[in-house]
Amino acid sequence: MTLPGSWEMVVGLEVHTELKTATKMFCGCANHFGAEPNTNVCPVCLGLPGSLPVLNERAVELAMAIGIALHSTIAPSTFHRKNYFYPDMPKDFQISQYDLPINSGGYLDLPDGSRVTIERAHLEEDTGKSTHLGGSGRIHGADRSLVDYNRSGVPLVEIVSGPDIRSSAQARAYASELRGILIATGASDGRMEEGSMRIDANVSVRKANEPFGTRCEIKNLNSLRSLHRAIDYEALRQVEVIEDGGVIRQETRHWDENLGVTSTMRTKEEAEDYRYFREPDLVDLAPEQAWQDRIRLALPAMPAERRTTLQARLSAPTPAQLDAVEVVIDLNLERFVNAAIDATIDPVLALARAANELAGGLEGIENLTIEAFCATLHMEQSGQLSATQAKTVLGELLAHGGDPSAIASAKGFEQLSSDSLGSTVETLIAENPDEWSRYREGDEKLAQFFIGQVMKLTKGQANGKAVIAELQSRR
Amino acid sequence: MKSAQQIALDVQSGASSALRELDASLAVIHARNDELNVFLYVDEEGARAAAAEIDDKIARGVSVGPLAGVPIAIKDNMCQVGIPTTCSSRILEGWRPPYSATVITRLMAAGAVPVGKTNLDEFAMGSSTENSAFGPTRNPLDPSRVPGGSSGGSAAAVAADMTPVALGSDTGGSIRQPAALCGLIGVKPSYGLVSRYGLIAFASSLDQIGPFSKTVMDSAILLETIAGHDPMDSTSLPEPAPSLSAHVEDGVVGKQIALVRELIDGADPDVVASVTRAVEVLKDAGATIIELSIPELRLGLSAYYLIAPAEASSNLARYDGVRFGLRVDGEDVEAMNTATRTAGFGAEVKRRIMLGTYALSAGYFDAYYGQALKVRTQMIDAFRRAYAQADLLIGATAPSVAFPFGSKTSNPMAMYLSDVFTIPTNLAGEAAISVPFGTGEAGLPTGVQLLGPGRSEAQLFAAARVLEREERGS
Repeated sequence: MTLPGSWEMVVGLEVHTELKTATKMFCGCANHFGAEPNTNVCPVCLGLPGSLPVLNERAVELAMAIGIALHSTIAPSTFHRKNYFYPDMPKDFQISQYDLPINSGGYLDLPDGSRVTIERAHLEEDTGKSTHLGGSGRIHGADRSLVDYNRSGVPLVEIVSGPDIRSSAQARAYASELRGILIATGASDGRMEEGSMRIDANVSVRKANEPFGTRCEIKNLNSLRSLHRAIDYEALRQVEVIEDGGVIRQETRHWDENLGVTSTMRTKEEAEDYRYFREPDLVDLAPEQAWQDRIRLALPAMPAERRTTLQARLSAPTPAQLDAVEVVIDLNLERFVNAAIDATIDPVLALARAANELAGGLEGIENLTIEAFCATLHMEQSGQLSATQAKTVLGELLAHGGDPSAIASAKGFEQLSSDSLGSTVETLIAENPDEWSRYREGDEKLAQFFIGQVMKLTKGQANGKAVIAELQSRR
Repeated sequence: MKSAQQIALDVQSGASSALRELDASLAVIHARNDELNVFLYVDEEGARAAAAEIDDKIARGVSVGPLAGVPIAIKDNMCQVGIPTTCSSRILEGWRPPYSATVITRLMAAGAVPVGKTNLDEFAMGSSTENSAFGPTRNPLDPSRVPGGSSGGSAAAVAADMTPVALGSDTGGSIRQPAALCGLIGVKPSYGLVSRYGLIAFASSLDQIGPFSKTVMDSAILLETIAGHDPMDSTSLPEPAPSLSAHVEDGVVGKQIALVRELIDGADPDVVASVTRAVEVLKDAGATIIELSIPELRLGLSAYYLIAPAEASSNLARYDGVRFGLRVDGEDVEAMNTATRTAGFGAEVKRRIMLGTYALSAGYFDAYYGQALKVRTQMIDAFRRAYAQADLLIGATAPSVAFPFGSKTSNPMAMYLSDVFTIPTNLAGEAAISVPFGTGEAGLPTGVQLLGPGRSEAQLFAAARVLEREERGS
């Protein structure tokens, strides 16, 4: 979407990611999504009187890993209390970082070449989860509210970008690239549908090169699609308000996924005073250099680097192939592609099968060995299997595993490859003498006619390239 | 009453038994608790079981700890699994913690027998135990007077011979001041020496648990039992418990002790006289005495009454009616929170929550809380300079002897001044001990305070012992 006239949107994102630690941030309770409500709890994460927090070292390591991946500076930091009352926050304050975050500054380069600066990436604890039943379905006016404290005290890192994003597509690309980094660092599983990555968007609009406008913050965008839609809606709303002579008030807005609109949650005047002050129950956090270095050395390659490496194996990638590279990197499938290319498979074929067939069958990826993937592509490349057949074999491998040639013969795919294809072509030449003579005279389009006929007779089980080879040998 | 040290020796040797010592303790509690209102809860059943286990271990030849069979009173702001823990507040009435404070676990591992929970000013906010939702505690030495506070119940338990020792907590003087008013030894350990895990927070950066006893040795034994690193408390010092009882008889020969003008200014003449005499005794025992002025100490009270309420306003937010304790229903969740807190908290607690909330508010933070933190830093620096000149400091614990009920309740400032000499130690995170020395008005005891830098407990006990020997003749 583009904004009307010379309007430009200015967007900054705050991404909250749950860290994939075994235990919670300040206690030994399991950090595990999907358990029976209120079973992963203890005096600390329930905020019982007298309990005290003890910082989880693994959470610090994952926060540092995120910071390193985002080119941030890791600095001595402190914890603060953010005070406000809410039933799913057991202590009625949240332990967070305030003026001295663990990671300051940094940047994230997007696949399109743009750079988004990172202001900070700090540690904080998650709250419990409220469910409001009956009535309005929100805390005010519900018949009753249930609270599950399993999520209370789960470690979070909040990554705050600079106001550098200029379109909803760029916002989406940023969130997607960041998600890839979080997964690559091992910090998060990136499951937005389970709430392990949640996004708030600060949106304002301005005429090009003018100062920033007043921003509104849209809370809790839980999918890339919502992010995209909400930003577009909000930017356009602001433009309309201003063009109608109105002014934008700084406020927090709620995104309604079903209606596709944002609405006021609270205005700046209603904003809470969080009364931040240093958390006296925790000591300062100053990770020593050796510890930082261990984390840095253990970090695997990030998506951008992996994308570049894979692209380098394609001779002159088309835009579609670049998209396929992105899919393969996002889904962590490049080990298949690299192994296939190493085994003399055409890089374009390897990329296409990974970006389409493997991407479409991810839930069964554990069943597929790299050897089976390469063997299947070899059979396709040598003409033993048609494209359709190779896809079928990959589907079977993803569903149940097994040996590709055994699957191919069990499905009766192999017979088509040898003599039977030749005799099918012979028969078609005899039955279509006009087309054959025009083909022999150089009308290449007729190759498609013969391929089509072969496919019809073999119910799609022939390999197009093999058909052309048979035709040319008789030309 | 026998000292804790003597009880443990008798129980270990078979001269007595844990059950016999417990019965002696319970007999006094039964005889005097109605009058004095010391215990909010007596865990007779649990105490008998714990005592029987000690006796059984001894019978089986299993080794028992240094506090074997010693009955102990616990201030009711420390969690003990399954035992009602109220902080003397309606808001926690009926709550039974599902876990025990580290100090309770360590005491029981050393063979001590917790007999029950003692009264305090609500959430430890006060200096007379008159702020308890369950009525004031009376001073056993003169029941028309307060025992001091906030650990007034624990002080009274020891002063009334209900138990030989007790645990209190000290945020601005809440162990030392009642110790002075009840004629006891009371110790505020260095910040981080004793784990706060399971101590219901008033002001987290100031709170420390410490002992009450009649003898210096008993406090030393008790403190070395509960001290030492606890992985459950991030602010606990990294090292194991220091050896303290071994240093009680070290004396003060060659020590530099400074009499600090600001720690006696404004005290009653009787109190000043006791301090002056204590200085002479220490000098006679071989210490070198100097006089110091530390003007920064005068700022302590005002800094304290911003920092402690600020932390309290946050620490006490969790009493919202949602998960435990009192709940008063309301239209919606905010109305329920408000109704619960209105009904559950007493006036002094509300006053401090409001004060602290204000001090942390946007627009006021720098002028109040921020300024108080700067004063705190100055206080720490001033103490550091003083300890470059002297090993220990000496002054009064409280400005007066125990005062009559109601004499300060109408004037919060007058009450707050009860802690003017004790607060600086908490702000600096250092150590201090109150020693009963001399008497004042109506023959009531006066307290002398010895102060030392962090981790100076062994020296403080040695100096306190010099004064104790002078007073007791042994």
